[in-house]
Formats: sequence, structure tokens, C-alpha cells
Amino acid sequence: MASLEIDALNKTYGSVRALRDMTFDVRAGEIFGFVGSNGAGKSTTMRIVLGVLAQDSGEVRWDSAPLGPDTRRRIGYMPEERGLYPRMKVGEQLVYLARLHGMDTAAARASMERWTETLGIEERRGDEVLKLSLGNQQRVQLAAALVHEPDILVLDEPFSGLDPVAVDVMSGVLREQAAAGRPVVFSSHQLELVERLSDRVGIVRAGSMVALGGIDELRTTEHRRWAVDGPPDSSWATGVPQVRVVESSGTTTVVEAAGTGPDDVDQAVLRAALAAGPVREFSLVRPSLTELYRDVVAAEAPADQDETEEGAA
Amino acid sequence: MSADRSLGSGAAIRLVAGREIRTRLASKAFIWLTLAFVVIVVLGGLLFKLTGSSSDPQQVAVTADAAAVADQVEATATGVGVEVVTREVPDRAAGEKLLSSGDADALVVATSPTLEIVVKQDLSDQLGSVFGSLAQQLALSSAVTDLGGDPAEVGKAVATAAPTVTALEPEPERDGGQIAAGVIVGILLFIALMNAGQLVAQGVVEEKTSRVVELLLATLRPWQLMAGKVLGIGVVGLVQLVLIVGAAVASSLGFGVLDSSSLDVGAIAVWALVWFVVGFAMFALVLAALAALVSRQEDIGSVTGPVIALMIVPYIVGISIAPYDPESTIVVVMSFIPFAAPFIMPIRQALGAVEGWEVAVSLGLSIALIPVLVWLAGRVYSNAVLRAGGRVKLKDALGGR
Repeated sequence: MASLEIDALNKTYGSVRALRDMTFDVRAGEIFGFVGSNGAGKSTTMRIVLGVLAQDSGEVRWDSAPLGPDTRRRIGYMPEERGLYPRMKVGEQLVYLARLHGMDTAAARASMERWTETLGIEERRGDEVLKLSLGNQQRVQLAAALVHEPDILVLDEPFSGLDPVAVDVMSGVLREQAAAGRPVVFSSHQLELVERLSDRVGIVRAGSMVALGGIDELRTTEHRRWAVDGPPDSSWATGVPQVRVVESSGTTTVVEAAGTGPDDVDQAVLRAALAAGPVREFSLVRPSLTELYRDVVAAEAPADQDETEEGAA
Repeated sequence: MSADRSLGSGAAIRLVAGREIRTRLASKAFIWLTLAFVVIVVLGGLLFKLTGSSSDPQQVAVTADAAAVADQVEATATGVGVEVVTREVPDRAAGEKLLSSGDADALVVATSPTLEIVVKQDLSDQLGSVFGSLAQQLALSSAVTDLGGDPAEVGKAVATAAPTVTALEPEPERDGGQIAAGVIVGILLFIALMNAGQLVAQGVVEEKTSRVVELLLATLRPWQLMAGKVLGIGVVGLVQLVLIVGAAVASSLGFGVLDSSSLDVGAIAVWALVWFVVGFAMFALVLAALAALVSRQEDIGSVTGPVIALMIVPYIVGISIAPYDPESTIVVVMSFIPFAAPFIMPIRQALGAVEGWEVAVSLGLSIALIPVLVWLAGRVYSNAVLRAGGRVKLKDALGGR
């Protein structure tokens, strides 16, 4: 199965190291969520994939071959800084962009018509982009990324500035594209959305990948925790070996078992709780992507955050 | 996985240029500016025709009886500075027919005993002085004959008698038509180059400001985008100039303004277009590169200022000195310097004050510089066009940092 491989990319702007051995891959048919604070290197990575920026070292490959202009023309790209010709009509603009990506006029026109319909902007084909509402401009921007029927999608912050309905439309398009066997990479700060959409997630800090994997994989922690809604006092838990109470409020007690504990420690915890009184809820607590992200990014050295990609780019 | 998506450089540049041409030709600014110029040029020609109609040569018909005087009429006319064309008619009736149809301004029917002239209504002042002087000469001739002398010899002596004038700073003779053509060519080229150059600079910054450049450069090489833009706007500028120059040539020929001039209007027009293409290539490349350094329309002036000065200086020299003194050192020297040549050489050519080899050398120098500019501009543009935010230093853009 073909995949988009980002292999040990390095990039330095003056004295700022924007990327340090950035490495990950996105498989065909997979949605890859790319998260990290501003300036962590997400946009820089995407721009290098598109060839808009040149890396200092490292390689980007598709289907095991280094990316060249002809392959790049098959990528659908949504830049972080949105950009269209403000005084060009929507339809004309999309046809022009499709043709720049190697489509012939007839195919470009047909594709423009299809995508403007799918995205609900078919009424605006004859309008200049600058006369559109912000939400519609975003839809045109997405259409611009899709109009040449790309085989790979690279979308930098596709959800920023979208209303809830547009977020649903965008999510649907991403899922469809992945279902059609295309690799989809997108970056976002809306972590709940990333968690919901992505098959795999990469968290970047200071130019390198610090956490990478499937959502479930990432959420599996070394120390397992359970939330127990039952006996009002947490003293019942103290008797269970290798388990400590993390927090307790009202009837809810959160306990943590050290990674070295036996696999059936959850049963021991439940038995101890039941012995102390009725238990209404017993659940494994897994960190959300937001919590994971905070953990990972909190370890960040403050000095790395100063330079933003925008300023240096 | 999907259809072939190769896009050759030629196709890419054609697409970019095509977009520029379609967008610009349809813009109101282009249509109105071009229309305004065409109207000005045509009205100018008409005005010139109305005010300068006296420069038409006077037609004088001479009957067979008086045919001997024809040469003398022309010689005398030249002496008093009037242009006269004579034609012989078989008899008075034929001559009068010409008068009534307006094809002749005066008819000489007899020379002795007195000079006898027939006109339709009255004799023009110019012809009046010619015939007055001629009558005196004829009277003198008959007196000379009476005294036994040779009137032809005396007549010749009288006709050719003229004061000898020594000019301390002689000025080569230029006719009004040539000077006018020189000034018009100078002004038109300046406006056309300035306008097209500004369009290039604005177009580059527009793509940067709107950030669409990032989307474009994901599929185009920077030099392809720059080349397409320069080419497209160049074609638009050329179309505009062809329309204006065409209107100028058509109105000058149509109104017959330049009948008396030694001007080759067609050649001047073609040369103006050649110099536009050469000048545009140079200025557009420089302006595209410099405009890529800034990100906002307001900042264009700060980088293009020096280039505009590079256009204004030769323009001023071109239209204020060259038409009146095409041999002056500054004019001759500047007509060879690449960025100044497009403003000055065509003026010298309009004045007929230049040798073929000079044009070839000047054109050769300019054209030789273009590949260097392509390389430099491509480098600066590629390095600067994706850097948003503040102004990029030229040194950094050249160094590729």
C-alpha cells in the first residue's frame, strides 16, 4: 500500500531550527492528525511536502519514490494562510487552478462544477471571491484543494474559521477522501475534532515528532486509572496492594495502579469498593488527546516557542 | 493511480500568461486608458491638420502661352519661402476649370506686357508676394532687354542674390513633422513602459498580499510564474501600444498631416514597438523581482522608486533635448545605455538622426543584458516571493538566504 513518507526532515531559518529530524508516514486511506503548538513545525513540514519550501536535509517520498513536480501536482493543498485571487470569479479561479495542476479544460470545468455543488457554493460561481462571506471563501479554498482530483491531501488548519455546519461538511469530505484510498494529513488546534477524525495522530514539539500513533495506542498509559462512583469515603482503596488514590471528591474516587501491578488489579479494586458499599459506576480513565497534548507540550523548553513559523518563513 | 499530471514549462507559462491577458484585457482600467489614448491621438492629428493646413503647397496653373515663366515662378516662390507647384494647361479655359474645381489656386495666362493672373476669388497672401516679386523681375527683364542686356543672366543674378549668413552654432535642419513625431514617440513609450511596468509590480504584490502565491507555487516553479506574468502583461501592453500607435499612424496618414514631411511613419511606428518590447523585458524583470520583496501594495513605491527614476531621467532627456538637438553628447551617449536606450533611441530614429549601426549596437547591448536580468530577477523573485511579512532585503534575496 502506497504511503507518504516524511523522512528525517531538517530545516533551519537563520539561527532557528524549525525542524529536527521530522519523521512520520501517512498511509493511503488514512486520516492523519497533526497537532502541536504554533511554531512547532507543522506548517513548515507541510510546505516542504508541497515543495513550496526547500528542506536542508531529509526526504519526502510517495510510494517509495522521492516527490517530484509531477507527483506534487497530485497533492491537494490548503495553505495555512488562505489565498485566492480576490478579484477573480470563483468558477474561473477553480478552473484555472485545476488546469495548473495538469487537467485539461473540459475535465477542469466538470470538476469545478461538481465540487462547487458538493460544497454548496454553486450559486457563487460567477462572483468574485472578495464578495463572498468568510465561510464561503473557506469553502472555495477547500474546493481549490480538491478541484484537481488529488491523490494526496495536505490540509493546514482546514477547520479554522469554519462554522459548525461547515465543520461537518469538511469532516465528511475528509472521511470520503480517506475512504477512497487517499492519504489525508491535516493539522488542527481543535483536539476533540482531531481525536474524532484521525486514524493516527502525531504531536510535534520544537520541530520533531514527540508522540505518534493510533488514538487508542496513545491513550494507553503506563499507569492505569479507574474512576469509581460508589462509597463516599476513599479509605476503602487503601487496602488494595500497588494502588494509590489520586483524587477523591464526593462519591467519586480516582485510583491509579502502578504499571508493575498484576493485570487483574482492576478486579481487586472493584471488589474492595463493593465491600465498602454499592458501586454505581466503574470505568477505566484514559487521557483525552487534550491531556496527552498538555503533558507532551508542557515538557517543552520555553525558548523553543519564541520563533513562529510565520515570522521566520 | 490517476491520470498523467505532467505540465511542461511551456504549458505552465502559457496558462499563467493567458490568465493575465484575459484578466487585464477585460479590466475597465485597460479599456478606458486605451480608448482615451486613441481618442487623444486622433483628435491631435485632426487639430494639427486644421491649424497646419497652410503648409500645403500652392498650385499654380500656367497656360501654354506663359509656359516659359513656370520655372521662374517656382524659383521666386522658393526665394520668398512659399512652396509652389506649377502645372501646364493647354489654354485659359482648361485653367479656369481647374480654378473652379479648386485644383489650382492661381492661373498665369500672360507674362507680357504685364503679368496676368486669374484666380477664383482672390489671391492668397503668399501667392501675392510671389507674383508681386515675379512681376518686378519681369519688368526688370524687359528694361534690361531695352537697354541691350541679357535678361536671363540678370534674372539669374537677381534670383540667386542672397545674403551670406554665418551661423556661430549651426543647427541641422529638422522639419516640424520629425520633431513632433520624436516627442510623440517619446511620450508614448514612456507612458506605455511605465504603465506596463507598474502592472507587473502590482500583479506580483497582489499575489503575495492575497497569499495565492503559495497555492500557485505548489504546482508551478517560481520562474514559470514570473515568466508567465511578465509575458502576459507584455502582450497586453503591446496590444495597447499597437492600438495607440496604429491610431496615430492612421490619423497622420488619413488627415495628410505629414505629406510635406520626410517622415517614414511606418518605420517609426515599427521601431517604437520594437523598443517597447525590449524596454518592457528589461523593466518588467527588474520590477517583478523588486516587487517580490514587499508584501503590501503600499510598499511598492519604496522598492520601485529607483526604477521609476531610471525611466524618468531618460524620458526627460528624450523629449526635452533629443528632438531639438539629437546630436548632443548626452542624447547620443544615453541612446546606447540599456535602460535609457528605449526612451531615447526611437526619438533619434524618428528624427532621422542616427546611423543604422548605432541602432544595431544599442539594440544589441540591451538585448544582451536581458538574459542576465532573467537570471538575476529569477533568483530574487524565487527567494523573496514566499516570504510574507516585512520587506525582504535585496541582499538576502540574492544570496538565497
